[in-house]
Amino acid sequence: MTSHVRLVWIYPDLLSTYGDQGNVLILEQRARARGLSVETVHVRSSDPVPEQGDIYLIGGGEDRPQILGAERLRKDGGLHRAVAHGAALLAVCAGYQIMGSVFGGEEGQPVPGLGLLDISSGRGERRAVGELAAEVDPALGVPTLTGFENHMGVTRLGPGVRPLSRTIVGTGNGDGTEGCYAGKVIGTYLHGPALARNPALADLLLAWTVGPLAPIDDTWYQRLREERLATVLPA
Amino acid sequence: MSQLPLRAQLASALGRTAATLSRATGRGDGSVIGGRVGLMLEPDLLRQLAADRRLALVSATNGKTTTTRLITSALRQLGEVATNAFGANMPAGHVSALSSAKEAPYAVLEVDEKYLPEVLDTTQAGVVCLMNLSRDQMDRAGEIWLLAQKWRRALAAQSTLVIANCDDPLVAWAATGSARVTWVSAGQRWREDSWCCPECGGPLDRKGVDWACRECAFRRPTPSWVLDGEDVIDPRGQRWRLDLQLPGQANRANAAIALATVAAFGLEPGHALLGLREVTSVAGRYTTVERDGRSLRLLLAKNPAGWLEAFDVADPSLPIILSVNAQGPDGRDTSWLWDIDYRILRGRPVLVTGERRRDLALRLYVAGVPFQLCESFGQAVAVLPPGRIDVIANYTAFQQIRTEFGRAE
Repeated sequence: MTSHVRLVWIYPDLLSTYGDQGNVLILEQRARARGLSVETVHVRSSDPVPEQGDIYLIGGGEDRPQILGAERLRKDGGLHRAVAHGAALLAVCAGYQIMGSVFGGEEGQPVPGLGLLDISSGRGERRAVGELAAEVDPALGVPTLTGFENHMGVTRLGPGVRPLSRTIVGTGNGDGTEGCYAGKVIGTYLHGPALARNPALADLLLAWTVGPLAPIDDTWYQRLREERLATVLPA
Repeated sequence: MSQLPLRAQLASALGRTAATLSRATGRGDGSVIGGRVGLMLEPDLLRQLAADRRLALVSATNGKTTTTRLITSALRQLGEVATNAFGANMPAGHVSALSSAKEAPYAVLEVDEKYLPEVLDTTQAGVVCLMNLSRDQMDRAGEIWLLAQKWRRALAAQSTLVIANCDDPLVAWAATGSARVTWVSAGQRWREDSWCCPECGGPLDRKGVDWACRECAFRRPTPSWVLDGEDVIDPRGQRWRLDLQLPGQANRANAAIALATVAAFGLEPGHALLGLREVTSVAGRYTTVERDGRSLRLLLAKNPAGWLEAFDVADPSLPIILSVNAQGPDGRDTSWLWDIDYRILRGRPVLVTGERRRDLALRLYVAGVPFQLCESFGQAVAVLPPGRIDVIANYTAFQQIRTEFGRAE
């Protein structure tokens, strides 16, 4: 496999409201710690999405930017082609909803998504804000998810995706599951720097691109994980 | 003001009693409880207290408290000024501030961004100052495009004079609907929330402080007041050296807004500056406290834009203590730490403390900034040798430090 990783951060000008840059920085750090070279492209919403990336990231945002982002990505088509070529994608919060067939706009009106994940989202009754913990699908070999959610979305999973995890604490998709995945596309409501508290998820994305990874120093990641999980899970 | 109806007089007096009791029992400075009691007895109290005064409202994501203080300090030359100096910036705090200075012909009120439409509608303030809008405590404050839209609607419905920073596209968009605007070029350091046109969503082309939408006609309005380095240029083209005691670019921007605001009250920059220069510290911010031979300068930073401003003030040759909490007033979500570029701290001794120090520790580790983790603020101070130290803390972390030092200004 390759020793070079190309990261593509989609639309930081529209969809980067919650520290989403963190996921980019963490993938860079964890790749470089293994001696991989990293090239990161920040794609503004006025620019075409390159098709040759290895890992694509898209973050959270407000209603209007979310709708604009979805429109531009649909017109652009670059992300569709990249995923079709086998690129990995981490889609967070508003970005997660965009990947489905439909999501809820400002007034709850249905807005068409990209159809890269077999999900459909709408607006829930009340905002889900707070810590979330969830057990990840054992097939992925990733330990308990921990993160913060802040959204009003309710997401229904279709037969074409598997739940990423089952919630222990928090709302997630709204049906006892949180996030989903299909192939190398992962969606999650864990907003912002989701990978900071889930380095194994970062490594999963990297391993899909470059193959098995050597262990690295995870001290600071683990200390944060332990602290956050201890606040929501019984000892 | 002395013509308040009996019910309002009673409500106002009982509110002040509650505030006094709150202070006497050590529960707080009383500015919120007093106002709440007053509003409970007379829901119309804020409107009645505001009537017949010359009132300015000040709102923004950052700089509200400082700008309110600068404007107040200048206006005092004209007469007594009622103001919510303690940062209690919701209606209860406004009632309390106005109650405690009933005869003051002037009032300057800091207003929480979310409450601006309501407070403007209630008070019919003659002047509204708007400095900046950026991401802040997203778990409770909500979304800033939406906020800008609410401001815009509220301002369009009034004949208020708006003093607005034209360099911030969201602020400019919010103010554009108003009938009377004085535009101030006060700069914009944090740009991550304004790469897209608030009007149409198209890309904004930016060059220096100037900006224009590539797709629609929305562009930066032409300012009549301009902050230029250390100086402010007034509408007649006269240049005024600020010479503030408060440090940093952000405070020069606050001062530019303050000068334009007090000019609307008839105060010329030459006079106004005398008041602005008297302000040395605002609610403990920028103040220096001493402990065991160490001089600690306290900087408050509540959100990414605030951290950039604090970095601008911090001295690169000094060690720095960073303290982060995530209690209710801070926002319980620490994601914003990832929006800040900490690499500017490389090369200084960096000490990390606060209730969410592990979040910050990982953030610095990923940024390649060496640091030392400390269990407490006291430990961080003790680790450093005697001398000057900068401290940046977010809201409750800052209050904890101030309490530790007896809240001395």
